[in-house]
Amino acid sequence: MRDGRRRFISSAAAGTAAVALPAWSSRLAAQGNEIVVGSIYDASGPLQVFGQAKANVLKFAVDQTNAAGGLLGRKVRIAAYDTQSNNQLYAQFAQQVTVRDRANVVFAAVTSASREVIRPILRRGNTLYFYNMTYEGGVCDRNIVITGPTPSQSLQIMQPELIKRYGKKIYVLAADYNFGQISTKWIRRIAADHGAEVVGAELFPLDTSNFQSTIAKIQSASPDFIINSFVGPAHAAFYGQWAASGMKGRIPLASQTFGDAGELTLMPKEITEGIIICTNYYQDLDTPANKAFIERYRAAMGPEHISPLAMNDYVGWQIYTTAVTKAGSVERNDVLKALESGIAVDTPAGRIALDPATHHCSLDMHLLQVRDGRYQVLRRAQAVPSTELQGQCDLIKNPNTNQQFEPKI
Amino acid sequence: MELASIALHLTYAIALLVLTSMGLAVIYGMMRVINFAHGEFLMVGGYSLVLAHEAGVPLWIAMFIVAPLVVGALGLVIERVVIRHLYGRILDTILATWGISLLLIGLASTLFGHQQRGVAPPFGSFQLGAYRESYYSVFVIGVTLLLTVAIFVLLRRTRWGLTARGTMQNPRMAEALRVNTRAVYAWTFAAGAAISGLAGAVLAPLAGVVPTVGLVYVTNAFITVISGGANAITGTLLAATLFGTISEIGTRYGSPVIGLVALLLAAVVVLRLMPAGITGRIFRRSI
Repeated sequence: MRDGRRRFISSAAAGTAAVALPAWSSRLAAQGNEIVVGSIYDASGPLQVFGQAKANVLKFAVDQTNAAGGLLGRKVRIAAYDTQSNNQLYAQFAQQVTVRDRANVVFAAVTSASREVIRPILRRGNTLYFYNMTYEGGVCDRNIVITGPTPSQSLQIMQPELIKRYGKKIYVLAADYNFGQISTKWIRRIAADHGAEVVGAELFPLDTSNFQSTIAKIQSASPDFIINSFVGPAHAAFYGQWAASGMKGRIPLASQTFGDAGELTLMPKEITEGIIICTNYYQDLDTPANKAFIERYRAAMGPEHISPLAMNDYVGWQIYTTAVTKAGSVERNDVLKALESGIAVDTPAGRIALDPATHHCSLDMHLLQVRDGRYQVLRRAQAVPSTELQGQCDLIKNPNTNQQFEPKI
Repeated sequence: MELASIALHLTYAIALLVLTSMGLAVIYGMMRVINFAHGEFLMVGGYSLVLAHEAGVPLWIAMFIVAPLVVGALGLVIERVVIRHLYGRILDTILATWGISLLLIGLASTLFGHQQRGVAPPFGSFQLGAYRESYYSVFVIGVTLLLTVAIFVLLRRTRWGLTARGTMQNPRMAEALRVNTRAVYAWTFAAGAAISGLAGAVLAPLAGVVPTVGLVYVTNAFITVISGGANAITGTLLAATLFGTISEIGTRYGSPVIGLVALLLAAVVVLRLMPAGITGRIFRRSI
């Protein structure tokens, strides 16, 4: 965190300097020997619970590369921006990072709304973009690489299992923007595929924190289980109110996002007990690679919780550096060619392969349930591909596609 | 029994607005200071509860004593260092308290981290017709009721309340009567802060705390207090009742989005019809 502030101050200072200096000097700096990574995350405001951890992990990953002699023998510099949970700043900083910093690659965006703000800007600026989040799926754009899981990886595993265990009536609670809206469509579609039905769906603005009447509505509908796609600290208030109402344990609760902000470690056990998630990474993942990673991270950055969202940035950086090394260049077209040559990396989250046709990753998925403040594994699935785009999105055949596909119901 | 559940949720929605607005109402209504750091007072109250409880302090002591004391003391310091120099300069106070708000959020992120912390809600739940309801909602309503009564009694029936009201109405006359107006201002600000601290602590088990938790409440609190008008305490109660009812009905029979839109629409209508707020038109002799 302290680094985040320092970075914020230094980026603010850099911003001032760039305004003060004539344009040629910044262009000179960009043409220097450094490789520049844009880091555009919400390090303050309500979304800092996600963004700060992501920016920290990216910094750690880049520091490691530099300590090992850099990339292609060149030093890597992060151009960091704090978007303050404000989508307008995303547009502004995306412009700056392409035009002024001339970034070779950009790691950016927490919410899908902010991703859709900067995706066109980075595409137009020919700046390679890594989006490292769990998201609603469907983005088909050659300029973007997505390292997080999509509904066809998480919901496709979790939902049939929940239907089998608990029944066919589903209640959906989701954040009211493209992530929650499209995720809800996916839940309806997967329900239909399995003969189940969505008996109620509610969408919440990001600052909703009073769920009393929602809890009453859920009880009227009496579903067999609930799936939520909550986002941010206000929505997290649901868990405490759900527990206080005595409904916890009466209706099973699954989530697409629980654990993304370290909920498991800091919320009381009485509140988290029984929640089911499906994720590509969790901090306690018991593999030698993950243990070694956690140890190194702790030594360098402190005891902060590593969320799946933060791990995705580390994975993204591994994929990027592998591609650059393979290409022997940081030029966008060379790197894209390398990325589309079938890249696979061994990460703390397991072996991850990038699908050339969709620019999405195949991931190990873990179906988990909270028991006494820890995750208990219900099921694991190895190298799950992101299938929802297959047949719709082929960036090798149609490299100019620029579209987000949504589920057909 | 459906009706009983709706009545409970309605009362809770109103209580929630009153509880989160009352500290702001005291500071704005008595002192005409617009406190942009109000949300962060709630946040510090929440952290006081969580940290004290984690350190082994019993929950009730942490909630009713530690949190109000900590935030009250913080209020005293802020009044002494910043607010005192800005009385009568509303725009400057807005800027200064906004700065304090950002500072407190930054400090909390640095000291406590940005991840959510919480305390398990005490009490269990009960059956109300077809619904499970939490005793804690009833508790929140009870605390709000007691707090409101206490504020009225304090301001209406005690010598301290009389002095405070006199000072706010006519500081020069109060000074002429040997009232230490500076001390009255300081203690009023601290009292407003302490009320916010208590509110933050009461809500922490239900909502958890993060450094930015205040932002969730502060918009509605401002809308409520401003719509309440000149007599901030009564005005806040009236505005909270109106807005709480409207937003709860919107949420229950529509969706949370409709509830929120209904609340904002109601505020627009109220301020259009009564530009000086509700108590600018009715209950003009209240406090």
